[in-house]
Amino acid sequence: MRKRFAPREVPTSARVTMAFLAIVLFGAAPLALGGYAVTLLDYIAIYGLVTLGLVLMTGAGGVISFGQAAFLGIGAYASAWWTTRMGGSPLVGLVLGLMASALTAAVLGAATLRLSGHFLPLSTIAWGIAIDYLFGNLEALGSHNGIAAIPPISLGLLALLSAKAFYYFAWPILAAAMLLSSNLLDSREGRAVRALRGGDALVESLGIDPFRVRLSAFVTAALLAALAGWLYAHFQRVVSATAFDLEAGIEFLLMALIGGAGHVAGAVVGAGIVTFLKEGMQSFLPLLTSNSTQLEAVVLGALFILILQQARFGVVPFVLRAMPRVRSTPAFESAKPLSRRAPIPRGTPLLSIEAITKRFGGLVAVNDVGFHVNAGEIIGLIGPNGAGKTTLFNLVTGLDSPDKGRITFLGQDVERLSAHQLARRGLARTFQHVKLRPAMTLLDNVALGAYGRTRAGWLRGALRLDRSEEHAVQDEAARELTRVGLFNKWQERAGTLPLGEQRLLEVARALAADPALVILDEPAAGLRRLEKQKLANLIKALRSEGVTVMLVEHDMEFVMNLVDRVIVMDFGVKIADGAPHAVSADHRVREAYLGSEAA
Amino acid sequence: MNLEIALLLAQDGIVNGAIYVLVGLGIVLVFVVTRVIFVPFGDILAYAALTLGAFERHRLPGTIWLVITLALIASAMEILRNIRARQAERTARSLALYGVLPLLPLVPVVALAGRELSEPLAIALTLALVLPIGPLLYRIAFRPLSGAPVLVLLMVAVALHFAVSGLALFLFGPEGVRTQALTHAVIRLGDFVIPGQTLIILVTCGVVSFLLFALFTWTTVGKALRATAINRQGALLCGISPSRTGALAFLFASGLAGVSGVIVAPIATLYYDSGFIIGLKAFVGAIIGGLVSYPMAALGALLVGLLESYAAFWNSAFKEVIVFSALIPILVWRSLAFAHPLEEEEAAAEEEITA
Repeated sequence: MRKRFAPREVPTSARVTMAFLAIVLFGAAPLALGGYAVTLLDYIAIYGLVTLGLVLMTGAGGVISFGQAAFLGIGAYASAWWTTRMGGSPLVGLVLGLMASALTAAVLGAATLRLSGHFLPLSTIAWGIAIDYLFGNLEALGSHNGIAAIPPISLGLLALLSAKAFYYFAWPILAAAMLLSSNLLDSREGRAVRALRGGDALVESLGIDPFRVRLSAFVTAALLAALAGWLYAHFQRVVSATAFDLEAGIEFLLMALIGGAGHVAGAVVGAGIVTFLKEGMQSFLPLLTSNSTQLEAVVLGALFILILQQARFGVVPFVLRAMPRVRSTPAFESAKPLSRRAPIPRGTPLLSIEAITKRFGGLVAVNDVGFHVNAGEIIGLIGPNGAGKTTLFNLVTGLDSPDKGRITFLGQDVERLSAHQLARRGLARTFQHVKLRPAMTLLDNVALGAYGRTRAGWLRGALRLDRSEEHAVQDEAARELTRVGLFNKWQERAGTLPLGEQRLLEVARALAADPALVILDEPAAGLRRLEKQKLANLIKALRSEGVTVMLVEHDMEFVMNLVDRVIVMDFGVKIADGAPHAVSADHRVREAYLGSEAA
Repeated sequence: MNLEIALLLAQDGIVNGAIYVLVGLGIVLVFVVTRVIFVPFGDILAYAALTLGAFERHRLPGTIWLVITLALIASAMEILRNIRARQAERTARSLALYGVLPLLPLVPVVALAGRELSEPLAIALTLALVLPIGPLLYRIAFRPLSGAPVLVLLMVAVALHFAVSGLALFLFGPEGVRTQALTHAVIRLGDFVIPGQTLIILVTCGVVSFLLFALFTWTTVGKALRATAINRQGALLCGISPSRTGALAFLFASGLAGVSGVIVAPIATLYYDSGFIIGLKAFVGAIIGGLVSYPMAALGALLVGLLESYAAFWNSAFKEVIVFSALIPILVWRSLAFAHPLEEEEAAAEEEITA
């Protein structure tokens, strides 16, 4: 049923040639360039590392930080202090810097990464400034004078004194970091990072703990900045607090945005453009005006505005649009498919709800409701507007906890579990207002669903040790896409689909989790007739495959023709529970839907 | 710390806070209407103070060159746009709006600068001169980017701050300016002395806040601004032009920055780059207030002012560390106090940042 597809648009041999050319070009650059240009390139490598952290954290994960300069400072000061005050070796200084940075990031992240909206970026300004002032006022760190006479990094007998020698040290580090980051973004955890932007409700429903992922991205970015700080301290040989102030932090964000925060290459391109423009202004402006130092900031500011106005997503995507697309085609075949949950015998109680109540102030949104769902059933939960369906739905999916009553899922009490914990236990859902990641491909969106079934962590992802599992995930995602009939569009962006297909995509994503129970939240809302029919056929097909489905719906006709059993709610109370034909004859149901006179 | 010092510090803090209130109001106003975090707001404040200082020293304020430059660029952009849109007939109107109108205040300024001016006249000229800066910056930097992600708009605002404050250094030099006191009167309450300057600041803050409140509550213009803030799309459908409300918001911001600059200048020495940190602290206050409600933003600004004043007394070397570290728990608390549904919507709007 699935076929191999479109050949790669750019063949591997061309990519290898391009990579080879890049290596030769960068390797030979210092030989052709003067010492000053090489020094600039060294700084670009250093700033590129910091910006790379921002690409991971801000570009991919949506966490905006103005404080990266502080981590650069921690890495720089740690090694500067260790090598000058303690007479230690730079390598130990590096370890110290990384540890201090990771620890600081972990503490700051734990305190602030749950902040919502503008509070989070603002808090990064706050601690960014606080840390920098600390550098400038601590006597142990040389107060305002900073630390001078820092020894260079030595590899064996070779001390990296010259800009050229340093170049051959710093650029391979940057290249390696870029490769690892690009691998990471293409892995299980990288997908989770990319899913962060756009709200936590979806992320939680996939079994991903958004806080943990955010914290990991934050610490990773801090580590990259600290590594850069170490290079900075031993290249510049002197550090002082002014290099790590808020303005520096803002400049790194500027680099990321100008280069293109959505691309790993954006980090180095942005760092390059900003650094070269700044330096270029310093040597070029004096030729034009005698007030060059004052006007430098003016010209730079104007240029940055111009770049962002012409390429608001950065230079890299701007250039990429003009180039042939490079796409690697996933294999879609794997020796070892993802393991599936042991089949649950038909009729086993999956979910039981016992006398739950939820109040909001004086309003009793759900009042003493109880029902159960058995394996292999298709259940419909219906009710007029304001019946309490959504509240009940939130209670069942872990977005909210009941005031009273018990919810058991697969034999365990779950009413206090969070949404992502419930998702890990086998509860998958879709959303009334479709929640997808529109900029990601269909395949990636569905692959997100398999997060809870897979294990590969950050390191395995970055080092590409996750390939067999990753192939299995893509295989699974392709299978689910086929199941809902969207496979032919696997590499399109989810945002381009019409609503009906977006809903099908959500179902595919839910199925990719190999769930014990799938809950569909008003899946027919806003669909056209044909789209509804397609959805109904899909749900019927799922039933025949033994998937348990609970539908929360508004559309009576849609539900009645589809489900085995209907539960009707009105004003927070369950008023009927039974087979569709019995329920539709029930006078209380008719009253709720049609008014008292009709009954 | 005895009671007297505590009161003095409180007074200091309240004065600072009142200025942060004005600045914060301007920043919030611009943000809710245009989603731009207007970093150069503080720079306009500095321009106002430096302009007033120039008048007092009988010099021609360099601000005119900023206004002329911006007006030229904006006019050129308008003409280009008209040509591209094949609406050459609009050129006269564009030129009047962006080329002539902003330059009108220059006439009295050039005519009167260098003479001995009465303080009210100097202040009036200062305000008139800085007023066009906001709308011109909006036209040049932000209008071409309508619909861009907030982060991109913020970075453009930062770049704009570099340019505008750099130009201030060029036009005014690195020296600071402190203008003459608006009044030397003092009020004595027993042993406690309240300088008249303090009262002027507080009264100005109160009056301007009330005027803004009146504007938003009772005028069509104010209601249009509010409508845009609440729902851009909806406002558009009601025939409210987003670029016009944007320009208006920037106009009010410019006015607020001018007023703030004029009342700060007598109590603090301001340099070409002093605006940024004032703007930042005011912004912090506004965010503590939630960036949505004006009274809360005002309370947040007062809190920052007080915090700063007490921290300075306690340990002046670590003043900023204390102020900014103290912010983190406050932010955590405010974030918890906030409802979450908003976040989802905002996040969804941010979705396409890296398209």
